Amino acid sequence: MAAGMGFMGTAQAEPTEITFWHAMGGRLGEVVDEMTAEFNASQSDVKLTSIYKGGYEDTMTAGIAAFRAGEHPHIIQVFDAGAATIINAPGAVYPVADLLKEHGVGFDVEAYIPGVRYFYADSDGKMIGMPFNSSTPLLYFNKEALAKAGVEAPKTWEDFEAIAPKLVEAGYVPLSQSHSPWIFSENFHSRHNLQMATANNGFDSTDVDILYNNEHLKGHWAKVKGWLDKGWYGYYGRGWGENQDAFVQGKTAMWLGSSGSFGGLRKSAEFDFGTTYLPYWQSIIEEPKGTFIGGAALFAFSGHDDDEYKAVAKFFEYMTKPETQFFWHKETGYVPITTGAYDLAKKAGYYNEAPDAEVGILQLSQPGGEWTKGYRLGYYVQIREVMYKNYEQLLNGEASVDEAFQAIESESNELLDRFHDTYN
Amino acid sequence: MKRVQFERSPIPYLFLLPQIGIIFVFFLWPALQAVYQSFLLEDAFGLSSQFVWFRNYEDMVLDRDWVRSAVFTLVFSAIVAFGSLGVALLLAVKANEAIHGATTYKTLLIWAYAVAPAVAGLIGHVLFNPLVGDLHFLLNGLGWDFDRGTDGLDAAFMVSLIAIWKQVSVNFIFFLAGLQSIPKSVQEAAVLDCRSPEKRFWTITFPLLAPTTFFLLVINITYAFFETFGIIDVTTRGGPGGATNTLVYKVYKDGFLGADLGGSSAQSVVLLLMVLALTVFQFRFVERKVHY
Repeated sequence: MAAGMGFMGTAQAEPTEITFWHAMGGRLGEVVDEMTAEFNASQSDVKLTSIYKGGYEDTMTAGIAAFRAGEHPHIIQVFDAGAATIINAPGAVYPVADLLKEHGVGFDVEAYIPGVRYFYADSDGKMIGMPFNSSTPLLYFNKEALAKAGVEAPKTWEDFEAIAPKLVEAGYVPLSQSHSPWIFSENFHSRHNLQMATANNGFDSTDVDILYNNEHLKGHWAKVKGWLDKGWYGYYGRGWGENQDAFVQGKTAMWLGSSGSFGGLRKSAEFDFGTTYLPYWQSIIEEPKGTFIGGAALFAFSGHDDDEYKAVAKFFEYMTKPETQFFWHKETGYVPITTGAYDLAKKAGYYNEAPDAEVGILQLSQPGGEWTKGYRLGYYVQIREVMYKNYEQLLNGEASVDEAFQAIESESNELLDRFHDTYN
Repeated sequence: MKRVQFERSPIPYLFLLPQIGIIFVFFLWPALQAVYQSFLLEDAFGLSSQFVWFRNYEDMVLDRDWVRSAVFTLVFSAIVAFGSLGVALLLAVKANEAIHGATTYKTLLIWAYAVAPAVAGLIGHVLFNPLVGDLHFLLNGLGWDFDRGTDGLDAAFMVSLIAIWKQVSVNFIFFLAGLQSIPKSVQEAAVLDCRSPEKRFWTITFPLLAPTTFFLLVINITYAFFETFGIIDVTTRGGPGGATNTLVYKVYKDGFLGADLGGSSAQSVVLLLMVLALTVFQFRFVERKVHY
């Protein structure tokens, strides 16, 4: 073999092999495979292998186990709630801003659209993870249902309360929602420019307390409970899918979900639907702020050779190219993460053909505020569990709003204390 | 009893070594690791750790969720074990009586054994789905305002039902085999002595089944503790409001999903001790009532 290679001369050096573990299944996984193949075909120095490792949590667990065994991949996809775990572990990752600068690719934070710049960054704004699949909560509405009730999609929650009885009269449950921690807690705070945790939403320190037990969020949930009792809000369990299905089957007129669901919904819904911004309470804020991203980012694990990091940098460069991002955006519905890609999509006329695909980016590009950059909270996976649990108890009447939020506060703070003690 | 002395040879011990090695590597060593880990606060990637003595255990017992899931696990295990044993015993007795078409009947009952817990969970998930589930509609049609998504008791009812259904077939096989091994002569003699079939069953048949029942009790409790994981993961994920969170599921959620290795280890050590205590209890006290 080696002798055979000799004929080709030194110019045909072996490509540097790097691996990438991701959590993109189904159609999303196919798109990742297409991008991997295209990247490998586009150059000969790097050979990338993409491996699907299951859901977000499975992928992270696999990455942690591999890291502990010293067999970790070069790149791993980690989701929003797991970001604190990987970023706070001393020296587990090579910050992407440094990696790109030190390997000749260059890095400019301004190239990214506002909503994605700082979510995976440290407190100084240095990007640690490369935003990859970024989505944001949107309101989907069934045009037929709204027409039947003779109403417009709501801009504010006050609007919603005005139109809900009409939708009920037209035979619909007005609203369902998937992932209440994400939409009805985290993004609720950024939409209204409210602080959700001390220490700069947790970016500055792990010594942090949660601020969810505030009158605005409590007021919102008191309303939600009221809506549920009046038949204005349908809760079909904590599963993402069930609440979405209620919308797809025409049971609910509107659904709060992810901009990343757009592509899938276009295939599954047999009616004409539209998207609009996440509603806000006008009583809390006159001009709503943008939302921040959900989804996941790519992290480069530490402990590899310089050559390999050079290869990783090359791949990241490819991933952020406008053409690549536009392709990803179009195929999946996730938002393009750079302004270059967004401009390309606009120039290509994509939004004339699918105007609803632009709503997510427009919402992320709305003016930001002090508290719209995201959050960095440890054991946040468990904190989301705490929220799910208490919201369910609130909705089924086991707990009052005050009791539920007191429990959320105390249980979350215990978890945050544990995290602080563990990582310091 | 008279003891026979053989010359001691190391060879039998040598033959045991591979087995002991396997037990050590795959059972004892990980278990000891878990015990060690339960005294640590360590970041997920293992880059820094500190020894904190019993902090993880303290946090665990102070955690309302843990207490709640411990209580749920005990109640749930009792319901699942006795429920599936009872149903299986009834079916086995009936199958044992039926002469015609017994093979078809038995095959149909045994079929469910081939279903993996996660698949059973998936079937239940669909049957109880609020939008398409037939059982959901049926229960609501009967006037029960059934909603597994928001009502904790309904969700607990659902997972118990699925867990029982899944386990009935295994118990059925064992009970049927046990019933068939009871000599015909004993039963015939009983018929002469006692006319009431119920009384005959409880005084003659059931005591003869006691060894099988005891074995199944141990198996079923272990099943309810550990193997119902798949059902819960697919149907409720511990919800709503933590109402169906078993201890094993909590260990998984905190350790695998949440990356809290110390806390999760402490929970699994306690879980191990609980199962150990239950097993000792069963062998010490329940087994006394069993005659082989």
